[in-house]
Amino acid sequence: MISRIEETFRRLKKKEKKAFIPYIMAGDPSLTKTRDVVLIFEKCGADIVEIGVPFSDPLADGPTIQRSSERALESGITLRKVINFVKELREHTTIPIVLMTYYNPVFRYGEEDFIKDAKNAGVDGVIIPDLPPDEAGSFIFLSRKAFLDTIFLLAPTSNPERLKKVVKATRGFIYYVSITGITGSKLLLNGSMEAQINEIRKYTKKPVAVGFGVSTPEEAFEVSKIADGVIVGSAIVKRLNESPEDIEKYIVGLREAIE
Amino acid sequence: MPALSELEDAFLKAKKDREFQKELSYLQRTYIGRPTPLYFAKRFTEYLGGAKIYLKREDLAHTGAHKINNALGQALLAKKMGKRRLIAETGAGQHGVATATGAALVGLECEIYMGTEDIKRQALNVFRIRLLGAKVTEVPIGSRTLKDAINEALRDWTTNVRTTHYVLGTVFGPHPFPFMVREFQSIIGKETVRQIIEAEGRLPDYLIACVGGGSNALGLFYAFLNLNKSRLPYQVRMIGVEAGGEGIESGRHASRFAGGSIGVFQGCKSYLLQDIDGNVLGTHSVAAGLDYASIGPEHPYLREKDVIQYTYATDEEALSAFELLSKTEGIIPALESAHALAEVMKLAPKLSKEKIIIVNLSGRGDKDVQQVARIKGIEL
Repeated sequence: MISRIEETFRRLKKKEKKAFIPYIMAGDPSLTKTRDVVLIFEKCGADIVEIGVPFSDPLADGPTIQRSSERALESGITLRKVINFVKELREHTTIPIVLMTYYNPVFRYGEEDFIKDAKNAGVDGVIIPDLPPDEAGSFIFLSRKAFLDTIFLLAPTSNPERLKKVVKATRGFIYYVSITGITGSKLLLNGSMEAQINEIRKYTKKPVAVGFGVSTPEEAFEVSKIADGVIVGSAIVKRLNESPEDIEKYIVGLREAIE
Repeated sequence: MPALSELEDAFLKAKKDREFQKELSYLQRTYIGRPTPLYFAKRFTEYLGGAKIYLKREDLAHTGAHKINNALGQALLAKKMGKRRLIAETGAGQHGVATATGAALVGLECEIYMGTEDIKRQALNVFRIRLLGAKVTEVPIGSRTLKDAINEALRDWTTNVRTTHYVLGTVFGPHPFPFMVREFQSIIGKETVRQIIEAEGRLPDYLIACVGGGSNALGLFYAFLNLNKSRLPYQVRMIGVEAGGEGIESGRHASRFAGGSIGVFQGCKSYLLQDIDGNVLGTHSVAAGLDYASIGPEHPYLREKDVIQYTYATDEEALSAFELLSKTEGIIPALESAHALAEVMKLAPKLSKEKIIIVNLSGRGDKDVQQVARIKGIEL
């Protein structure tokens, strides 16, 4: 059975197009607002949407998403509420949805219950940045049974051994972290990213999407020449917080820049 | 992750490397001032009227706390690994001072992360760190204490991993940190075994230490854990003392065993103060070095096996121990160590005079003097 995420990448590939994957933190400032923005993403041509689950200690995130996470927690958002939110969202859209959450909320929820509830709500894939494949045995096993995609991260420092593990553990797409560092850092566009992605392609035919640090349409364009998908997070969260009225224009700009 | 395996390899190699061990032990002797004394606290013992109380004087180690044992070891290791920069988190500031000292000693750049709250209450140590040539970076996010400083240090490390070594200050975090830090701290217990046999001709009945992340406790206990496994006439009992803050019911404390549950946090699975949704709760203790939501993963394991008992002391109990030791012995203990002393005050009077208690005096209290004055409403 092919997942909705894989299906999306196949369809785009036939048209020789790349996936645009915008990110939003659930519940910053409210879930109603989040729903509106997800629908704007879709209207403006997003292919997959990544929804962040707030956590008290977001280790992989830079200041922009940390603050967004704090605001969402202050408005009372929990993993359970985000899952229910996706369920309601499914009445309005069929766009593939990926949740990004840290591991402890999943651990508290119970891996099995989380996977079952997320899948039933209409979540297509899950990213857990602080759960490396070596520690994810049961999570991967349970997700396979439920047909929930497990998306793992690769970094420029990953060695071949790690690369093989991530490739094997991943379903949906491989999340290539463009820089060593946290979300929202400055992107460096040079030959090394292309070399790294080519290296990954030696091991797998699975799609590779690039995130962390993509902020301008120019950067999105450059990345889309190399990768199968472009993930934009912090830059969107920042705009949503500072000048939400411009968001449509900005999203359209990104979409048009991506090949 | 690749950084962690690189670190593990380097540490295991250094453990077997004679040159490295020689240099480390030379600096432990001539720079840190080891072995630190094991001191019989005669007047403190008489005041409490029960068991004999010995203090392992880690407060006399260079920079004033046991933290230097680990920081110096890791600084040497980082130099050997070819890193040019050290980073660390700090709560009470002792580990920050120790790391800045290690960096100055071996000639590396150094940056220390510290929560806004801790910067306020440990101003003296912030200044010391700067004097030592390191940069102090304020962490104004989250609960603005130790856990947030660790988050920020980990973020820095993932960004600058090629040039930078992260000197984690306690037996916490991802492997190999809990193991490596314990190894560097275990010198405390090794010395204590020798010293107590010399002084008393036998092993003690009790060991007591405060537990934040838990490195001074494991440092003292570890040699005795191994002895307990051999055939002894009796077992040495060990007690770890957590921060009870304003009491467990108040919710303002850092007693992970009394008030927490299993969670996964900052790269390790252990007891954690968390809410029902898995978010990490804010903690409180008068001692910044104990003010932390989780505990080194070896502690729950040893607790489950009944090898170590855990209890807690409140802010108030720690403060009265702080004053009592100062008055009876002329030794001002760190507020962290005062938690261990508070347990001694409860236990010693109940024991006969032949019993022996060793308490790890993990740090000196100079850094806390201003804060204690503030609590007592005295302006300095």
